Amino acid sequence: MTATVPELTCHSEPAGAPEGQRTARNPRPSAADPASSRGFLSALHPSGVSPLRNDRVVEKTMTDSKISVRDFDFFYGPAKVLHGISLEIPAQKVTALIGPSGCGKSTFIRSINRMNDIIPEARASGTITIDGRDVYRSDTDVVELRRKVGMVFQKSNPFPKSIYDNVAYGLRIGGMRNKRQLDEIIERSLTRAALWHEVKDRLHASALALSGGQQQRLCIARALAVDPEIVLMDEPASALDPIATSKIEELIYELKDNYTIVIVTHNMQQAARVSDRTAFFMLGRLIEYADTNAIFMNPKEKMTEDYVTGRFG
Amino acid sequence: MMLRHFDKDIEELNHLLLRMGAMVEDAMARSIRALLERDTTLANEVIARDDEIDRMEIVIDQKTIELIAKMQPTAGDLRFVATIMKITPELERIADLAQDVCERVIELNREPMLKPVSDLPRLAHDAQAMVRQALDSFVRGDAALARKVIAEDDNVDALTESSFRNLLTYMLEDARNISSAIRLTFIGKYFERMADGATNICEMVVYLVEGKMIKHTAHAAAGE
Repeated sequence: MTATVPELTCHSEPAGAPEGQRTARNPRPSAADPASSRGFLSALHPSGVSPLRNDRVVEKTMTDSKISVRDFDFFYGPAKVLHGISLEIPAQKVTALIGPSGCGKSTFIRSINRMNDIIPEARASGTITIDGRDVYRSDTDVVELRRKVGMVFQKSNPFPKSIYDNVAYGLRIGGMRNKRQLDEIIERSLTRAALWHEVKDRLHASALALSGGQQQRLCIARALAVDPEIVLMDEPASALDPIATSKIEELIYELKDNYTIVIVTHNMQQAARVSDRTAFFMLGRLIEYADTNAIFMNPKEKMTEDYVTGRFG
Repeated sequence: MMLRHFDKDIEELNHLLLRMGAMVEDAMARSIRALLERDTTLANEVIARDDEIDRMEIVIDQKTIELIAKMQPTAGDLRFVATIMKITPELERIADLAQDVCERVIELNREPMLKPVSDLPRLAHDAQAMVRQALDSFVRGDAALARKVIAEDDNVDALTESSFRNLLTYMLEDARNISSAIRLTFIGKYFERMADGATNICEMVVYLVEGKMIKHTAHAAAGE
């Protein structure tokens, strides 16, 4: 219980405890849980910005979590699509979000880097913090946030440019002009995305000439080039054939050494294969969040069991 | 709740296992009767029918592997399939032990009858009850019953030991008893192993129901 007691601190202080002190957290705090009845944060303004909140003061939670989500609600106009989501996403692990279509998992993953901001009438309440810093704070630099939190989508979306220019795109926007430095980062990013050996001899060929699987890995390389800490993947392999899919899965497995990865997938076996933690969403609620082994071998909730065994009608 | 065609496969697997279980129980019961009634014909029948049980094991193995390959079972389905895979060889081994009992019975029947060994029939019946209850606990998904059966194993071990001591006195008493007494000691050991098989089945039933591996843990039976 001590792990969930909120503590006020400056957010410049690093959040998180050493590896050994990780504590399991209840994904759905009960009413009796002091964490769910937090005084000042529960008085959130409907806009999602608390007038009471002191910008230099946030909650610190004693876990090694990279992303901390507390009582997060999300609305599209009058429709509430996420209901009180609370979970801790651990650093340098793969967290899979599973659930039937329309369960809110894509809305949730897009909330992490505020990709939903562009949707009119969308609004959020509750908090999502990354390293203790609230991403929905009024002064958050969204461009900087999205640099730190890269994203890969279902359909690969390379720019109609060369392979090289695709990966260099974010770096050039960031002001990098040094050719040698660019070359270096591009090689490193393509290597990390397990694409370098396939494209090193045709870096200046059009990205659109690549196969679907290669295009997706290019998009991953493009996301990695700007040195993010978190990579969000929204069904990254659902449009790919089994061989390309398995390459992406291997890649995800390797990337977690350096990045925190959150992946939305409809393919439950994929979630089972690549992730360390799995969150099961249903009708906008987080039903169960646990180690992937537990979700697929011995889930606690009947709904999770029915979903992972394909009993949903 | 959607009925999946996978459920039909699961049901079929369940049905096959229960049929095998019934065959094994039958072999065990007949081996006990052959022992107590010194019935060589019956003993030969049990031996002849063992092939059928072996074939059943292969059918279940193939079906289980096929299910894993095609359906990639998870959660309760996964535990069910894993349980079947672990229970089937236990059942097959119990049937083999019943066959071993019958082989010793045939040998015993060629020798003069030894004085009755009171602990041996009790041991046989207790082991039989454990196997039956182990299968019941699987059918009903009853972890409490499974734990009860596991707890009974100590009793069977004690009976095996006491029947051995009993037979030892016969051997010391008259060297001509040694041959039969050793065969009966083997039989005692066979029943003890059948009870071990029942225990292993029950451990898998606890896993099936609760997702807990209680194998090789002290206090497994106590549910701690």
